[in-house]
Amino acid sequence: MTALQKKPENPIAHLSAEDIEIIGKELDTIRQEVRDSLGEDDATYIRRVIDVQRKLELGSRAALLASMFPPAWLIGTVGLSVAKILENMEIGHNILHGQWDWMRDPKIHSTTWEWDMASPAAQWKHSHNELHHTYTNVIGKDNDLGYGIMRVDEDQRWHPLYLAQPLWNFINACFFEYGIAAYDLELGKNLATKKRRSNPEFRAAATQVLKKIRNQAGKDYLIHPILSGPSFLPTLAANFTANVVRNLWSHSVIMCGHFPEGVETFEKTSIDGETRGEWYVRQMLGSANISGSKAMHLMTGNLSHQVEHHLFPDLPSNRYAEIAPRVKDIFDRYGLTYHSAPLYTQVASAWHKVIRLSLPNGWLAATTPKNAPAQIVKLVRMTTGGPKVRRALQQAA
Amino acid sequence: MATTVPHPSSARPWTALRDRLLKVAELVTTPLLPTDYLDLVDPLRSGADLRGRIEAVQHETRDAATLVIRPGRGWRTHTPGQYIRLGIDVNGVRQWRAYSVTSDLGRQDGCITITVKAIPDGKVSNHLVHRTRPGTVIQLDQAAGEFVLPAERPGKALFITAGSGITPVMGMLRNRAHDDATDVVLVHSAPTADDVIFAGELRALAAGGRIRLVERHTDADGMLDPATIAELVPDLHERSTYACGPVGMLEALEAHWETAALTDRLYTERFRPRVLVTGEGGTVSFARSGTTVDADGATPILDAAEDAGVLMPSGCRMGICYGCVLPLREGAVRDLRNGEITTAAPGDGVLIQTCVSAAAGACDIDH
Ligand SMILES: Cc1cc2nc3c(=O)[nH]c(=O)nc-3n(C[C@H](O)[C@H](O)[C@H](O)COP(=O)(O)OP(=O)(O)OC[C@H]3O[C@@H](n4cnc5c(N)ncnc54)[C@H](O)[C@@H]3O)c2cc1C
Ligand code: FES
Repeated sequence: MTALQKKPENPIAHLSAEDIEIIGKELDTIRQEVRDSLGEDDATYIRRVIDVQRKLELGSRAALLASMFPPAWLIGTVGLSVAKILENMEIGHNILHGQWDWMRDPKIHSTTWEWDMASPAAQWKHSHNELHHTYTNVIGKDNDLGYGIMRVDEDQRWHPLYLAQPLWNFINACFFEYGIAAYDLELGKNLATKKRRSNPEFRAAATQVLKKIRNQAGKDYLIHPILSGPSFLPTLAANFTANVVRNLWSHSVIMCGHFPEGVETFEKTSIDGETRGEWYVRQMLGSANISGSKAMHLMTGNLSHQVEHHLFPDLPSNRYAEIAPRVKDIFDRYGLTYHSAPLYTQVASAWHKVIRLSLPNGWLAATTPKNAPAQIVKLVRMTTGGPKVRRALQQAA
Repeated sequence: MATTVPHPSSARPWTALRDRLLKVAELVTTPLLPTDYLDLVDPLRSGADLRGRIEAVQHETRDAATLVIRPGRGWRTHTPGQYIRLGIDVNGVRQWRAYSVTSDLGRQDGCITITVKAIPDGKVSNHLVHRTRPGTVIQLDQAAGEFVLPAERPGKALFITAGSGITPVMGMLRNRAHDDATDVVLVHSAPTADDVIFAGELRALAAGGRIRLVERHTDADGMLDPATIAELVPDLHERSTYACGPVGMLEALEAHWETAALTDRLYTERFRPRVLVTGEGGTVSFARSGTTVDADGATPILDAAEDAGVLMPSGCRMGICYGCVLPLREGAVRDLRNGEITTAAPGDGVLIQTCVSAAAGACDIDH
């Protein structure tokens, strides 16, 4: 992919400035209608999800007290994985977005909530709500694009180090919560120089993260195993498994949101003086949905409605499904592509992109079984040669 | 939710043990607290945030009802005449209001009662009177308020009430404000005889000679003014007087007692503040919660902020309890009761009551 502004065919070239403002107004109307109709049913919904999640977690952890018996291990691990996913996705992520602040319940409020995650809520809210949701898919501004460690765009110059990107991405997926904590801390940037390392603000934030990690890891890898007595090791393994399952799942869902082929990225300068309408259109082009059943939407925290979520990040997630057809209708009427596909398609598409971009531009597309040996030789030469060799070979392609 | 409460270590060993156990329990439940799980099972247990369960809703008149509430174990009882604050979800949104406690302290079942009159367009009062079902769990606060009889009972007392203003007085009467030592006169007004809350009980008290009851039906007889009260109760100036009702009535009484130089013998309870002056509004920003609200000059900052989803501290919502005070870091606010402007320069952190202050320009509040 290439930043939208550099593409030969700009997908919004056919829209006039006026069209864009009308789109903004139409979306504002949908937003207001939902806001005005929030009520008891919505409040009941989130309380029920929280109630079910807590009971499921308690039940699963109780089962794991006897985890030396394989059936108990299995039930406990599956239950705990589901509970952890619900806690992070439908509950934590959405509450921290302020989706439920309108209820004014101090127990379910973005300013008081804390979640089962390495990153403390306050730090995550800053990098996610304030940066990612504001600068969605703007290269160099939105670090969610590849979390600052990946090549996410053809325009970024290729380097042999990127060959490890698929592996990197997989490891990041397994330990996603720590990746996010590091990313919220801007660890790469802040560890780079002595001055930044000793910045008291960074140090305070890092201390908070370490404390949070100590609490969460202590609970899963020490306290609960100890409570399990003779089932110490099986419980530890179960908790580890549940954390990895949760991490892989949330990583996949999040990758599906902005990374599948066809989702647009934007240049830094393109958002200067952006109007509300333009902001909406950027969100429309920069997100992709996952289609599926109700259970699927619940387990993704309704991030399966990523398009609707990015348009209205603070509307309660239980309402995205109902407004999706109206949002899609706007896409259709204005000739924009509403990306939506089943989970496996989107995950495959996102991984395809990760792999494609780990290789020099055009390499994957140009490779066929027939020319494979020649292509591999070329790749080896590009990998072992210096920048000059790389440039020459890339231009020859 | 996950704010960990400090556990001061104590000399008493069992407290120390309990604290240590709590600490361990927190390790087990982090990032939540043990209470988050216990609340699922028993929201009224001791140690929980104070809550109550509505056990029954008894209709009094066409627009008033008494709610029987079983308070949580942490309830510390009340003095007759005091009010409680109650938080209830109306249409999914938590709303807090104050209601006078009307029950008899000697109730066997441990419940308390409040009596609510539904006012036109009133969000909470209509919900409580017409739509609340027994079993609903509500949030509570301990009783508060100064509108109570002194420990040494006055020899002669006069109660002047109108409409729902009877509630704190009923709380006193049910707890023997009319015991042998006190000669009680109650002047109560309501639109019609049918609108008199607690009519049966009051008339029975009067018939039994416990109090003298003067009922005034304003639809037929017109509003009660102090001059009429003086005619109805000739020894009025000898009595300690307790009044509760609409703002206009209370102000007329205050003026009258002031003229008679007897202000120290008049005690009043207000249900709402009198809004005197309104003006231009402004943008109010709450740095810590990261919210900015456009507030008009007639809306208390408390209401404007809550409507925008900010969790605000609050109490009586009418300027008497100071439960809503927050520092104004910079900007200007107008006191809705008297129009007075308070300004703060950066760094001042002037404390303002958000429930009776409206924005009078851009404001930056430390919250
Ligand atoms: C110390 C204290 C004790 C109280 N005790 C009782 C009690 O025992 N029984 C009882 O019924 N109420 C009592 N109240 C009043 C109660 O707290 C609410 O203000 C009342 O129920 C109205 O709330 P609402 O949500 O229905 O109205 P809102 O939705 O807040 O207001 C609707 C409209 O009515 C106006 N309004 C608000 N309050 C009143 C009022 N009291 N009279 C007339 N108009 C009003 C508002 O300005 C607004 O225009 C007490 C208040 C205080 C401060
Ligand atoms: S809430 Fe009581 S003074 Fe403001």
